Amino acid sequence: MNVVWFDSLGLEDRATAGGKGASLGELRRASVEVPPGFVVTTAAFRRFVRDSAAASRDAVEAATVPADIARDVVDGYARLCADACSDSLPVAVRSSATAEDGAGASFAGLQDTFLWIRGPLNVLEALRRCWASLYSEPAIAYRRRLDLEEDGAAMGVVVQQMVEPRSAGVMFTRSPISGDTSVVVISSSWGLGSSVVGGEVTPDEFVVNKITGVVQRSTVSCKEIRHVPNETGSGTRIESVSPDLQTKASLGPQELRELCDVARRIEKHYGCAQDIEWAIDVLGKVFVLQSRPETVWNLRDRDRSQSEVAMPKEKPFDHVVTFFSPRKK
Amino acid sequence: METQTTKFPLPSEVEAVPGTERSDMYPYFTRFAPSDDGRFWFYNGMHFPEPMPAFDTITAEAPYISLGAYNTRVFAIPPVLGIDHRILNGRVYISAVPVLDPAEIERRVVVFQERAGYYFANWDRLYAQWNGKIEELLADIAAIVVPDLPEFEDARVVTEGRGIAQNFFLIERFHTCTEAMLKMWQYHFEFLVLGYGAYLTFFEFCKKAFPEISVQTMARMVAGVDTLMMRPDDELKKLAVLAVESGLEGAFVANRSANDILADLASRREPAAKAWLEAFEQARRPWFNISTGDGFYHHHRNWNDDLSLPFSAMVDYVAERRAGKSLARPTERLKQERERISSEYRALLPSDAERATFDQMLGLCHLVFPYVEDHKFYCENWIATAFFNKVREFGALLARHGFFAETEDVFHLHHSEVGLALSDLALSWASGSPPRGPEYWPPIVAERKRVLAAYAKWSPPPALGPVPEGIGDPLLLMLWGITPEQLKVWSEPPGTGNELRGFGASAGVVEGIAHVVLSVDEISTIREGEVLVCPVTAPSWAPVFGKIKAAVSDIGGAMSHAAIIAREYGLPAVVGTGHATKRIVTGQRVRVDGTSGIVTILD
Repeated sequence: MNVVWFDSLGLEDRATAGGKGASLGELRRASVEVPPGFVVTTAAFRRFVRDSAAASRDAVEAATVPADIARDVVDGYARLCADACSDSLPVAVRSSATAEDGAGASFAGLQDTFLWIRGPLNVLEALRRCWASLYSEPAIAYRRRLDLEEDGAAMGVVVQQMVEPRSAGVMFTRSPISGDTSVVVISSSWGLGSSVVGGEVTPDEFVVNKITGVVQRSTVSCKEIRHVPNETGSGTRIESVSPDLQTKASLGPQELRELCDVARRIEKHYGCAQDIEWAIDVLGKVFVLQSRPETVWNLRDRDRSQSEVAMPKEKPFDHVVTFFSPRKK
Repeated sequence: METQTTKFPLPSEVEAVPGTERSDMYPYFTRFAPSDDGRFWFYNGMHFPEPMPAFDTITAEAPYISLGAYNTRVFAIPPVLGIDHRILNGRVYISAVPVLDPAEIERRVVVFQERAGYYFANWDRLYAQWNGKIEELLADIAAIVVPDLPEFEDARVVTEGRGIAQNFFLIERFHTCTEAMLKMWQYHFEFLVLGYGAYLTFFEFCKKAFPEISVQTMARMVAGVDTLMMRPDDELKKLAVLAVESGLEGAFVANRSANDILADLASRREPAAKAWLEAFEQARRPWFNISTGDGFYHHHRNWNDDLSLPFSAMVDYVAERRAGKSLARPTERLKQERERISSEYRALLPSDAERATFDQMLGLCHLVFPYVEDHKFYCENWIATAFFNKVREFGALLARHGFFAETEDVFHLHHSEVGLALSDLALSWASGSPPRGPEYWPPIVAERKRVLAAYAKWSPPPALGPVPEGIGDPLLLMLWGITPEQLKVWSEPPGTGNELRGFGASAGVVEGIAHVVLSVDEISTIREGEVLVCPVTAPSWAPVFGKIKAAVSDIGGAMSHAAIIAREYGLPAVVGTGHATKRIVTGQRVRVDGTSGIVTILD
């Protein structure tokens, strides 16, 4: 099968859809709002590599997409357009490697992502470049550093309807700074989330308590630029934010509550802390663009030494005695 | 440590307020000595937000006699002894005495473990015993009759061979009175340090497990729902509902005085009015024995002394009830919410061992919570106001004999001086010649009133002396109620910018029109939807929380009763801002951020 739609994918399909694609399918399963789309499978990628006998980035990029794969992708894109009643629906084309996004190894940002792509030919071109990115120097170095198999790496490619976000960003279901599991930390800015992920703006930051829903801290920054879709119909561009919006919070209280709910739902579904990309469209609707396990604190928790674990005592008040006995600390 | 850079004046560098240099109204042991310059002191504005009338210094003396005794001698809290206090320009400054020698701490740990362990292990029995002791003390105070010094003694002194004249009782009963106050403060601290110890132990655990957790969230897990401090307000609501159900709502008209409402009801013939008045009498004893302040000053009267606060609240409650609003506190929902928050935090802990630890510590907090909350009703509210009222009776007697122009003047004498004045009166009644007091005391009282007025205009430095290492220690935080961040804020000059910082006591952000209320007398002027700005939100102010949009106070902490009420009403509250009532003017628009603890003046 060359193309599989999100609705028929789940985490167990990592081998055919890659990490991101499988995860998007799984999110739909968890009743999380994800923009519609499909995955070009790893089988399609393997055949493409085999057919072109390619083993390097240059060779892959120069090769052509086999005709039946190209037809299925173009059909899939046409269906997305039809569902959205659009002639040339903008889509995101993202790589979805099988070795990516596992708990403990994040390929964050190493593979290419093409945003705001319109028209079947541009989609095919982006697909080809995604495939090639698996052979980029940083990607190869990363796999070597983590001792990941070179042959086992395969790639799916996600083709997904673009949301035109009013605000977007990332959120962690535990504090990336302190590791606190009781909060969702949300970074947000105007426009596309790529400005936040790429570190091109200092985003607003909100710390929301998962349990009480209280916004424990909100830091509104000056967001001078935003990423927006290019008027020419393909790609994105940077534009400056009007002065009155620069220092305005890019999320309201209701939206923070909703994002916190979504974050909790996803975390609960997966059973571990998540790193989530999200967007809110001009109508205020919340979408999740991707979710993957948070890596830093997951590893740190796993390696936690026994001495760091608080132990119950014979009598509860022994805790108070310890508290009042500085020598024991 | 960052706080090392924070500088405060030395006690010896602070000058007397001009015109008060020669005042000596406070006891010698409360004056700063040169050796005090080496220690860190801070202004206890939480308990003593105003200059101290001479008599009211008993509310510093008595607690520090007791708190220190429990820390130092009874339970042997390992790292800290008692608290010293000094009075400077009318304000109470305090300093804790740490134990620094590790060997001494070791010795104290052994004693502490045994003794505190005994109290925790037998908590319920000892607490029941405590309630008995308090009831006895209340009965003792109520039984004190101030003698009226008749021309001739009652004949029974002779026929029953009593052998004691009234002037003996004059002296004895005043002593009984002050002893009751000292005893109340002894009982007050019997469980309190252990109770706070349980809180702090749990808080420390939570902060380690959840570094971002706020004090208010921890407080929500600890707090009980049905406490005595909630009862007075609940009783008002019950009376309001009864009034509406009995068709008596017509008597509860806005701006009508308590006396007019009571007279109206008394004049009605219908049995419902009589039944309401009976219910009112039942409710006010004991539940109106709640202070309109927090019991630290003689002018903090209770609801029974001044019915205007409870009646203006009832008028509002009657109106709300008629509008169909349910007045009942949603106690079940509050309990469920507390359980939900605790169990969800518990579930986030990574191991069974940590969950078991959490259960032990939270269980201990729930064991101590009823005492930590309920003792306030008996101690600072009921007994303290009953005590001051009894002293008033002695004041009235002295005023009748020409010692004072008015009863309240008695509070400008230290309690030991009241003892002297009563000896003077006892002597004069005995000898038949006039007492010396009427010439001696009035000029002193007048001078002290002038000095207090001068003190009231002084802005006390929040702290004095060198900041010690380890001020962030949680135990010192408990005793001193201050954090390194607080010290930093304090060291910034007040009166700049449009922002005030305090403790975020109840989460949420709102904007609204500020209404500055300096005393409980003005509380009925608050209108629906305003932001209350006040010196201290005492428990008895609970009725206005149904009307206001947010609360801001000069003093108070995140575990204060007012903070608990604000959280129940879901109102943003910022407490302990230091000087909100001085910086904010009624009518200004303000933004209250109860999460970050920041109040912004928008106008």
